[in-house]
Amino acid sequence: MKMKIKAIAVNTFKESARNKMFYLLVFFGILFALSSKLISFLTLGDAIKVLKDTGLAAINFFCVLIAIFTGINLVYKEIEKKTVFNILSKPVSRDQFIIGKFLGLALTMLTALAAMAGIFFLFVALSGGGFDLKIILYFFMLFLELLVIVAISLLFSSFTTPILSFIFTVSLYLIGHIMWTFNEFKLILRVPFWKYFTQALYYLLPNLDKFNIKNEVVMNTALNPWTIFFSVLYALAYILALLAVTILIFRKRDFQ
Amino acid sequence: MKALEIKDLKKTFHSNFLFKKYRVLKGINLNVEKGEIYGFLGPNGAGKTTTIKCILGLLFPDQGEILIDGQPAAAVASRCRIGFLPENPYFYDYLSARELLFFSASLFNLTAAEVRDRVAALIHQVGLSGHQDLKLRKFSKGMIQRLGLAQALIHNPDFLILDEPFSGLDPIGRKDLRTIILSLREQGKTIFFSSHILQDMEMMVDRVGIILNGSMRREGKLSELISRSTQYYEIICSHIAEKELAKIQANFACRDGQYSITLASDSDINQVVESIIHNNGRIVAVNQVKMTLEDIFFNEMGPSRPATTGPHRPATTGDSR
Repeated sequence: MKMKIKAIAVNTFKESARNKMFYLLVFFGILFALSSKLISFLTLGDAIKVLKDTGLAAINFFCVLIAIFTGINLVYKEIEKKTVFNILSKPVSRDQFIIGKFLGLALTMLTALAAMAGIFFLFVALSGGGFDLKIILYFFMLFLELLVIVAISLLFSSFTTPILSFIFTVSLYLIGHIMWTFNEFKLILRVPFWKYFTQALYYLLPNLDKFNIKNEVVMNTALNPWTIFFSVLYALAYILALLAVTILIFRKRDFQ
Repeated sequence: MKALEIKDLKKTFHSNFLFKKYRVLKGINLNVEKGEIYGFLGPNGAGKTTTIKCILGLLFPDQGEILIDGQPAAAVASRCRIGFLPENPYFYDYLSARELLFFSASLFNLTAAEVRDRVAALIHQVGLSGHQDLKLRKFSKGMIQRLGLAQALIHNPDFLILDEPFSGLDPIGRKDLRTIILSLREQGKTIFFSSHILQDMEMMVDRVGIILNGSMRREGKLSELISRSTQYYEIICSHIAEKELAKIQANFACRDGQYSITLASDSDINQVVESIIHNNGRIVAVNQVKMTLEDIFFNEMGPSRPATTGPHRPATTGDSR
């Protein structure tokens, strides 16, 4: 069983890694991250802070792009081009297929992030920022966020078209970064139904801000280890829940 | 022992709009014996691929039972014994033939040595030697079909399901594929293949099932279906004047200086032959024309069938002028 999941994961990684778009996005991620040096020249204040702030934002942006584009395309392409027939007609369960796809995408994201992060980490160090271990923690949290995004896009691509998957995933990504507003609604709303409804959404939708520690890294302020610990637990629970729903949908799907 | 048993298989598709239902399979019953080549014959849209997808668990039947080697087909383990070649197969075009076969093999419980041996043997068997490291995006349709067969055989299955394996192949490719399929039968494998190409069916299958509009119309041994009825008798003669021939038999046709006389039964053969010889004519051949698979197929199709224009069928209306 493990071998089959591994085979599907490795094949998924190969598919992403042999896609020119993947390299292009990684290249631009690195380019924009390094070009933050130019911005730091043009702004007043701590140049290293500006370098970190803009560089990390660039890497974040391009990693999210890669996660969304690879996530929404891979399963859909398997179904559309009927390559899924060749896998599911063999002794491979649908659960194994989805788990293999997710792990393959996770490996893709890890590779993309490692390439961008490694270069940026060295760049900051060489620019006088020293070996800031908080940057590594930032990338770890970003990786968790990317895994959640990949799981969301995988869920949508298991039953809808890439365009709709893109719209849904991007919407959830944007909502996921303003989740605190949902919590504020309970202070504003007076009708109990809407109060409970917004609270339900607050707990149901992905709170991606939990993984954002950029301010602490850039401003070099203290990080609460418990916050990090609960964010990791939250990511794992959320990913497992998303994969479970994806598997349930995929189990019932007819491949016409 | 049956390799495949299908009982009362029903499947309905739902249109996305207006919730319209399409009954694609209306109670299919079918049996495939071990070691035989079973031809699943039907026109486009008859339900062949839907049946195959139900066997492989790609579609969930509304009703019915599918057993492979006596085990429910829905179980993942039952697919260990099956090799499948889909219709117009498409594989990951970023892989090479060798990589695809290694990937296919990794989905079975094979040892590394077995995988290496099988991949090397199959690349040779399907005629892809020299192309094993070429990316699949550079493969022709025929090469993809050969590779599809190789990936279906990677785990040396007992039972092969081939969906329209001859579609898109040139005559050489078709002959090669026929040879491979027949050699697989020699090895004791069971082969179930769907097609709407009658010539290929007739040349290979032991038994045939005809499906039309989601229902099985006929099933049986090809030899029995074909020999069950003689369609007509044909006498071919030459060196006789048309006037004389018209006196003997009104229904004849002229082709390349020879005359073809069609008789509905064998009772008049002797008399007609004697009369031709008596008129200094020469008998070239006396043929018993039996039903072909094509005739059986079109008979089953009923009034909606297209006009039969097979080259084997001589004109039976007499006047050649």
